[in-house]
Order: sequence, then structure tokens, then C-alpha cells
Amino acid sequence: MALLEVKNIHKKFGKTEVLRGIDFSLEKGEVLSIIGSSGSGKTTLLRCLNFLETPETGTISVGNKVLFDGESAKKLSDDEIREKRLHFGLVFQSFNLFPQYSVLENVTLAPAVLKKDTNEEIKKNALELIERVGLSDKANNYPCELSGGQQQRVAIARALALKPDILCFDEPTSALDPELTGEVLNVIKSLKSSDSTMIVVTHEMEFAKNVSDKVIFMADGVIIEQGTSEDVFDNPKSERVKAFLSKIKK
Amino acid sequence: MKEAIKIFTEQFPVVFSALNIGFLQTLKLFFTTLLCAIPLGLIISFGSMSKFKPLSAFTKVIVWIIRGSPLMIQLLIVYFFPGLVLHKNIWGMGEAGRFMAATVAFTLNYACYFSEIYRGGIQSVPVGQQEAGKVLGLSGTQIFFKITLLQMIKRIVPPMSNEIITLVKDTSLARIIALQEIIWAGQAFMKGSKGISGAIWPLFFTGIYYLAFSGFLTVLFGKIEKKLDYFKN
Ligand SMILES: Nc1ncnc2c1ncn2[C@@H]1O[C@H](COP(=O)(O)OP(=O)(O)OP(=O)(O)O)[C@@H](O)[C@H]1O
Ligand SMILES: [Mg+2]
Repeated sequence: MALLEVKNIHKKFGKTEVLRGIDFSLEKGEVLSIIGSSGSGKTTLLRCLNFLETPETGTISVGNKVLFDGESAKKLSDDEIREKRLHFGLVFQSFNLFPQYSVLENVTLAPAVLKKDTNEEIKKNALELIERVGLSDKANNYPCELSGGQQQRVAIARALALKPDILCFDEPTSALDPELTGEVLNVIKSLKSSDSTMIVVTHEMEFAKNVSDKVIFMADGVIIEQGTSEDVFDNPKSERVKAFLSKIKK
Repeated sequence: MKEAIKIFTEQFPVVFSALNIGFLQTLKLFFTTLLCAIPLGLIISFGSMSKFKPLSAFTKVIVWIIRGSPLMIQLLIVYFFPGLVLHKNIWGMGEAGRFMAATVAFTLNYACYFSEIYRGGIQSVPVGQQEAGKVLGLSGTQIFFKITLLQMIKRIVPPMSNEIITLVKDTSLARIIALQEIIWAGQAFMKGSKGISGAIWPLFFTGIYYLAFSGFLTVLFGKIEKKLDYFKN
């Protein structure tokens, strides 16, 4: 049984239908990369998974439990949504660290406010996560004192602090200078070896090819092709994917 | 010249103690207004940002009326209008009543100015901050107090310090309803009070109080700005 099951997601903004029936599933410990050209709906899909957007139809289930159902979505209270979205974590393209808090405080804030554990445990766990992203020496620095790559690694630690079942990344390296993308991608790779389930929207084809168990290619709000990394990158079936990949290679 | 100095040294203690009493009233009006207008402004700013259209429209009209008309007229209306309509003095008698009316008028007026500053401050915090809070499972209230508020405060300190220094000087408008603030106290020596009449220097001398107090506030706000300098947004 898949950890994540997404069925028939439709999402409109006004009259434009941005997602037109998205279906996929993901096993525990798998890494899924979502690729596709600009405007194809990748960000919107991640935002739906994180309850930042409400799809009109479709279901989202995690571990056999239906979290979202387009039929009954309107009835969800804010508290219910907050509870449900904790199954997912989201790392933004633009980091969105809290500028007034130190690295450590950024990571401890949500678990402390939500009283997930004792303060000592929360802090200990946060320091471990900060070490895991290689920033132990920066724990007491403020975001404005960090490089973009370091900020993004803090954002990853912050998302991990709530132990989400599935961690989503929306183009985690596209706001970074090229020489900083490597450090962030390496952190994501290291999470894979620790059995995290992840969905990564990315334009880094080399990374997607090497790290993903599954790849989805999206265009115009639908999934054109999905399969293993080899399927999609080495033997693409659709002309769209072929054209996209050859354009990227140049 | 000698004569002038002699008169001045004679008058000074009397004037000084009268001005001090007046200035105390000025300060009382200043601090009560701040204490009430700072939170009321926040409520008004939430009203004007409400997604419930009738509420936001209503709030915007109120803010427009209050910011679009002179505070002096608002003072007169607040003080006299209830009496004209209800035929009784709802503010109570004497100085205490005048103080109540002045506080209400000043609070309403300044809360509206503050609300616009708050609104600008809140809206200038990037949406990404709220969304980051949301995906971490925080509620709207938690996001406001733990994430937005301090970033908003940092942005509004400079415009708020301008408004607050203006408030120091605006308190003198309260003498239109005969509140016995410092200018009123200074003016009394022109008309004649405590054996002194026709003296204009006490009125001039009140300027020193305003200067000293606004100087103090400028330094204070400078310190607050500096304190919030540790982060950038
Ligand atoms: N809040 C919104 N209101 C209206 N239209 C929106 C909104 N968000 C996204 N869109 C539209 O939906 C479409 C898909 O946007 P989305 O951001 O999901 O694409 P994307 O695949 O992430 O693109 P990119 O690779 O450029 O990030 C775009 O045409 C965009 O203009
Ligand atoms: Mg996007």
C-alpha cells in the first residue's frame, strides 16, 4: 500500500484550470521528482498537498487515511486543516526563514508553539537537525547573516523538525547562485539515505535523474509521463518529454 | 534691564509651578491617548483589512472622516455634541470631564492614523512568512503574534515615532475645550493669574517643555530602532 495516494486533483484559479486531473502515488522512503516547463502547475500541486490551496475535486490520502476529499473540503475547520497539513512539510523556493529568529529558534519555533515535546527535547532534536544540514557553527546566527544555500538548509531543518511523513521541495535551488546549489542538493540526497519520503519539484535534471525513484513530467496541468528515473530520462515515450529533455541538455 | 531681570526672577517660581501642573496634564493626555490608541488602532486596521466587505468599507469611511477633518473640530464635537442631543453632560463636571472628552477625541483620531500605519506594516510583511507559518501548522493568531508582529513593529517604528511626536504637540489643541494643559497654563498669565498679568514670556517658555519632551522621545525611538537592527527583512 502506497504511503501517499493522490487522485484526480483539479484546481482552478478563476476560469483557468491549472491542474486538470492529477493522479500518482508514492511509497514510503521514495523520492519523487516533478519536472516540466514553467506554468505547468508544479507549484500549485505542492501547494494543494500542503493545504495552501484547496482543489475543487480529488482526494489526497496518506497511509490509507483520506486527508482531503474535494466533496467535503468546504466543511473542514481551520484546526482540522492545521492537523492534516502536518503530514506534509514544504521547503519554499525563497526559503521564507523568520528573520527575527536565530537559526536554532527558526527550527524550534513551531514544535515549541505546538507543544510537540518538552523544551529540552525540542532543542536537542533541533540541534541534531542543524548538525545534519551542516550548520552547527551557525546555530545562533540570524538568517540575514547566512548565504542563500545556508538559509535553504536551515529551512530544510525547520521543516524536518515537525517530522512530516512527506517533505516537499519547490525548486529548492533555483533562487541560489550556481555554486551554492550543490550543498543544498547534497543535504536532500543525504535525507534520501535516511529513508525520508520526498517530493522535489526541480529544474536540476542531473539531480532528478540520479536521486529519484520516480519522475513525473507535467505540462498544462496534467501528468504527461511518469515512471522510474530510467523510464523518463532514458526512454521517454512522449514527444513533449523528448523535446523538453533535449532543450534542457543544450 | 535690571528691572526686567528682577521681575523675571520674581515671576519665575510662580510661573514654573503653574506650568509644571499644566505639563502634567499634557503628559496625562499624551500617555492615556497612546495607551488607548495603540491597541484600538490595531483593531481598526484589522477591520479595514477584513475580507468581510461591509466591515472593511465601514472602517475605511470612519478612517477617512477622522483623518479628513481637523482634530480641533472633533474635540468640539465630542465634547459638546452629546450635551446638545441628550441634554445632559455625559463627560462629568469640570476638568475631569474635559479630560475624558479630550481623551476620547484624541484616541479616536490617533487610532485612525495608527491603523493606517499598522496596515501598511502588516501588508509589507511578505506572504511567504505567513505561508511558512501555515505549513508549520501554526494558527492565524500564532502566526500574527509569533511571526508577523515583530517584523511589522520594525517597519512601523519610524512612521509611528513621527505620529507620536506630533501627538505631543497636538495635545495643546485640547485647550479649545478649556483643558488645563500647559499652553492654557501659560496663557493664564497674559489674562492675569496669581498676581501676574500681561506676561507673554510664560507662553514662550512652554516651548522648552515641548522641545525637551520630544527630544526625549526622539532618543527613545532611536534606541528602539537600534534594538531591532539585529535582523533585516
Ligand atoms: N494564485 C494564483 N492565481 C491565479 N493564477 C495562478 C495562481 N497561482 C498560479 N497561477 C497560474 O497557474 C499556472 C501554474 O502555476 P504554477 O506556479 O503552479 O506553475 P509551475 O509549474 O510551478 O511553474 P514554474 O516552473 O514557473 O514555477 C500558471 O499559469 C500561473 O499563472
Ligand atoms: Mg513553481
